[in-house]
Order: sequence, then C-alpha cells, then structure tokens
Amino acid sequence: MLHTINKSPFEKDSLKTCLRYAEKGSSVLFIEDAVYACTKGTIFEKQISDNHGNISFYVLGPDLEARGLDNSNLTNNIEIIDYKGFVKLVADNEKTQNWL
Amino acid sequence: MEDQELESGIVKKFIYVNRKAPHGTIYAHEALEVVLIAAAFEQDVSLAFIDDGVYQLKKGQNTDGIATKNFTKTFGALEMYDVEKLYVEKESLEERGLSEDDLSVDVEVLASSDLKKLFNESEVFFNF
Repeated sequence: MLHTINKSPFEKDSLKTCLRYAEKGSSVLFIEDAVYACTKGTIFEKQISDNHGNISFYVLGPDLEARGLDNSNLTNNIEIIDYKGFVKLVADNEKTQNWL
Repeated sequence: MEDQELESGIVKKFIYVNRKAPHGTIYAHEALEVVLIAAAFEQDVSLAFIDDGVYQLKKGQNTDGIATKNFTKTFGALEMYDVEKLYVEKESLEERGLSEDDLSVDVEVLASSDLKKLFNESEVFFNF
C-alpha cells in the first residue's frame, strides 16, 4: 500500500494517523506541505526513524525545492523522488491511500 | 468619509500575522497582496511570522518544478514599499529546526512574549 500525505505535520495529525494505520512493508510519500515532516530538528524526526525498517519513506523533490529545501535539510532514511518516481510508486503499489 | 480620512493622512499601525506555509494554500500569497495595499496607502505596516508562517521566509525557494509563481521573491522587495518591520517568532523557528541564517530577508527574531507587546501596540489586525 502507498500512503500519501499533503498537509503540514504542524497543522494536522495526518502523519501521526497515517503511521498508526500503515502496515509493515508499506510506503509513505510526502508531498506539498507535508514535505516539512521530513526536515531535521523537528519532533517528526523521531516518528519517522521509529518506523524506518517497517515503512519506506519518500518525498517529492519539486515540492522540496519550491520550499527552499534539499537533501541537506532532510532527516535520515528518506528518498527524494521526482514525478516519474511518484508515478512508479503508484504503479508498483496495488492501492493508494491519501491522508489529507 | 473614508477617502477623506485617507487623504487627511491618518496613519494606523497595521499588523499582518502570517501562520501558513507558503505554497500548499493561497493564504501566504494573498497576505502579501494585502500588505502591498496598506503600504500603498502609506500605513505603518508590520509583518509577524508565526508557526508555519516562518517557512514563507525560507531561503532558496524555487517553484519551477511545481509550476506556480514564486511570490516569496516579493519579500525581498518590501523595502521599496517602506515595509521594513518583519518579525519572526523565535519559538516557531526552533520548533522547525531553523535559524535566522535560513531566512531570505532581514528580520527581527522575537520571543512570543515580545511579539505579544507588538500586538498590544497594533491597531489593525490581519490574520492569514
């Protein structure tokens, strides 16, 4: 299963709830304002590292660049993908769930 | 009546409180438009950035990949409109792992207790 999140973790509980429901072997992709969840020095670093190993984390590169962020701002264990990678993730997973 | 007041040169202390991240919603962009209107009427304008609003000032934003206008460049031009009072909440920066060096423009970083004083001195509020 692919889970996508598009809201800032400081504004909404989407990340927390998504992680409560995401099963082992699933993927989580951060897009739009959710990309801030991947940044260093926030309380979300731990939520992601606690789940690393069970869940694969991805972030959409163009949404990072739009917000002035790059690889150097990210916490560990997150892979940056482009739009093609987004399409591939959707195609590789039988189902996609969007957490708004 | 209102036109007369504006022409008579009444200046009020306007404060714009920005609490939204820049590109996921239209709030940040719209706030900037309204700031420029107040500046055109030569009002005393201050901007405060709190919560996700601090992300609006992050250095190096490039929106080519999401095909939207990079309105955040306008922050660098505010000086030309005599809008020079930009305040960023210290707690919000820290919570996001950011420091003043990560910001694209000159700002004054204030603790919320000091920002509160600024709010108390303000007369007209716009929250975005």
